[in-house]
Amino acid sequence: MTSYAVTPARSMHQLGARARRRRQPAGMPPRQARGCRAPASPRAARRSGPILGLTLSLAWSVAAGAAAQAPSAPASAPAAAAAPAAARPASPEDIADLRQQIAALRRDYEERLNALEQRLEQLAGGTAVAAAPSAPSAPSAPIAPGAPPAPSTAAPEAVQAAAAPPPAAPTPPAPEAPAAAAPAAFPAEAPAGGAPSQTSNYFNPSVSVIGNFLAVGGQNRVSTLPSSELRESELGLQAIVDPYARADFFLSFGEHGVDVEEGFVTFTSLPEQLLAKVGRMRVTFGAVNSLHLHVLPWPDEPLTVVNLLGGEEGWIGTGVSVARLLPLPGDTFSELTAQVFRGDSPNLFAAQRRGDLAYNGHYRVFRDLSEATNVTLGLSYAYGPNGTTLDARTILQGLDFTLRYKPLVTGLYHSLVVRGEVMRSLRGQPGGEQRALGWYASADYQLARRWFVGGRLEAADRATDARHTDTGRALILTFWPSEFSQLRAELRRRHYGLEEQAATEALFQLQFAIGAHGAHPF
Amino acid sequence: MKAPRPSLRRLTATALAAAAALAAPTAAAAKLRVVTSLQDFASITDAVGGNRVETFALAKGYQDPHFVDAKPSFVLQLSRANLLEVAGLELEIGYLPPLIDQSRNDAIHPGSAGYLDLSIGCDILQRPSQVVTRAMGDVHPYGNPHYWTDPENGRVMARAIAARLTQLDPGGGADYARNLAAFEARLGAKEKEWDAKMAPFAGTKVVTFHESWPNFAKHFRLAIVGTVEPKPGIPPTPSHTLEIVNLMRAQKVPAILVEPYFDRKTPNYIAEKSGAKVLVFYPSVGGISSIKDYFGLFDTDIDNFVAAMKGTR
Repeated sequence: MTSYAVTPARSMHQLGARARRRRQPAGMPPRQARGCRAPASPRAARRSGPILGLTLSLAWSVAAGAAAQAPSAPASAPAAAAAPAAARPASPEDIADLRQQIAALRRDYEERLNALEQRLEQLAGGTAVAAAPSAPSAPSAPIAPGAPPAPSTAAPEAVQAAAAPPPAAPTPPAPEAPAAAAPAAFPAEAPAGGAPSQTSNYFNPSVSVIGNFLAVGGQNRVSTLPSSELRESELGLQAIVDPYARADFFLSFGEHGVDVEEGFVTFTSLPEQLLAKVGRMRVTFGAVNSLHLHVLPWPDEPLTVVNLLGGEEGWIGTGVSVARLLPLPGDTFSELTAQVFRGDSPNLFAAQRRGDLAYNGHYRVFRDLSEATNVTLGLSYAYGPNGTTLDARTILQGLDFTLRYKPLVTGLYHSLVVRGEVMRSLRGQPGGEQRALGWYASADYQLARRWFVGGRLEAADRATDARHTDTGRALILTFWPSEFSQLRAELRRRHYGLEEQAATEALFQLQFAIGAHGAHPF
Repeated sequence: MKAPRPSLRRLTATALAAAAALAAPTAAAAKLRVVTSLQDFASITDAVGGNRVETFALAKGYQDPHFVDAKPSFVLQLSRANLLEVAGLELEIGYLPPLIDQSRNDAIHPGSAGYLDLSIGCDILQRPSQVVTRAMGDVHPYGNPHYWTDPENGRVMARAIAARLTQLDPGGGADYARNLAAFEARLGAKEKEWDAKMAPFAGTKVVTFHESWPNFAKHFRLAIVGTVEPKPGIPPTPSHTLEIVNLMRAQKVPAILVEPYFDRKTPNYIAEKSGAKVLVFYPSVGGISSIKDYFGLFDTDIDNFVAAMKGTR
């Protein structure tokens, strides 16, 4: 990962998609949703015949027990509740209470086991398999074909479990009961006393969704944003691939379509201080292009990105990125990133031949000036085909600067981020090269634990016609109800050079995040 | 031709100095480099590792351990580390995972010998026994991560650290074992002293700012009856503050424990209304400069508490 989010949003764990990393999905709503589907299974079981019903209910008892056993699962089972109780200094009441619970559980389980065994005998009837405890899986096989696969594979486990001492807790079906079983991955050899129903979830990627709602007031005849819009629903899927790599997907749903905003694998164990990414990714050009929209300190992209990097989306490339640490003396961090992408990016690059590629290089230096203050400097250089003629190229140059101040003791309440970028686009095109310049400067100050105020000045020539310059200024106020939601208002005035139009607008943004807890952006 | 001679001598001297300079880092490089998320872990590691280790803590003792910036300078520290010690239980979830990925250091990835989750084996409290949602605030689904405030957990951690250091540096095994024994002996003696100091106040009710103290309260038998935060990670609200004032009046709670990095405005207000005392309670080594090690942490907090309680009696 070559770039860091640079929002002042120290508490925005969730919205820090740039820096979001692996999470263990634990007790998250999605599982519950899955659990809610479980009751559908018994109905299916009834349709499929009594034996299947039996195997299913056995599978349930196992799953319930397994959920209660898993130490980290927030199971509602009494056994799980008893664990913290046992950790307290035990009072005589506690002990008596626990004994009672255990006795009750034992009675309950014995009764249920007896009942199930009786049913088993009745159903197995004259067949020869009745004697062998593991055999009932055999009769279930001929009946199963028409049924969903999960019950049929759950059956052997269930019977094994019934033969073994039941783990605990006669709770109703636990969240990840039969529905979660992955037939192909874990067939019958799953250990009876373990958590077979959960194993399929262990390696699922952590999932998060970030909603980005934007409402706009005022008039703008040039850049027409709708009055209200769910601008983006970003689905993040992240997990470790294997000992050598991790993968991150960010699928960006608009109101009508889906884009793969990013989808890449990161090789984290390369030699020579290298870090490589392959796939589709936001390009490490400048300070903010590599950031997702929702981690920016503004609800909109600055004019430099809009005019010089292809529009509100910025530059997203598909290809390869390699970054190497180049440590400097005095614990100064420096990193060089080289990237090669397909030579296509909307409004920026257009390849006419397969060999027309876009290249980007970024060098970044970071240094702590003091415990509370640090500075980042970045240099970027990129070029690629712009498609106007067979050999026409656009060269991009950038210089970025970020200063952060956050006293450690009072850092929860006060911080300051000042940043600025200068960019130049040299676009070869019929009629002569267009040399467009753009810049912005912004500051964001944290007033209180949940309040931030900021300002931004900006100006950028049009990349295709550098005679025309757009300018803008904006004031931003942000409130964070919690780490997982954010309200933001921006008052923005822009002047569009080509159209000779001025626009004053108010943007209201509401962002909210669910799912895995992401890393805070930096 | 006199000139070359002094310059040759100078050259030799320079070369020697350079060699010495090179040799020094080599000697240092022989030490195990341990990066810890908290200064508490660094302190215990120093005690157990002695001069065979050098430690670096990412979070300072006076900053909120939940909100540490993922600074690139930490990437450098991690890229050189032999061992990374973390609190686990998602305490570091906001900053450490991206740092580990960027460290280019395979040895400290979770699952490697160079990654040590110190919560393993410790007495972890408040493991959720029901389904957790964020309606409960910023809850930690694996249990309360502030477990190092129980000195018995300090013992567990020291043993885990000694075992891991021995695994990574078998040649130092005897040293680590000796240092661990000394640490445990001192901890045992100190625990007796602390327990004796706190014994008269067993059962004392306290309100804390954040849920940082269940392990401390359990060990020293304090009763936490409320928190200034309405929910973990949610700043105080007027209605909740009023509830806490009423609760403290009704139950005659004598003290509010506040971590050094929280704003004391609300606790001071509550104290004023309820007649309780606000006590800055340090959750970590380095919380103030006088807390130099893990023993100093308890010395300071306990002495402050005892002094405050004596004042109220």
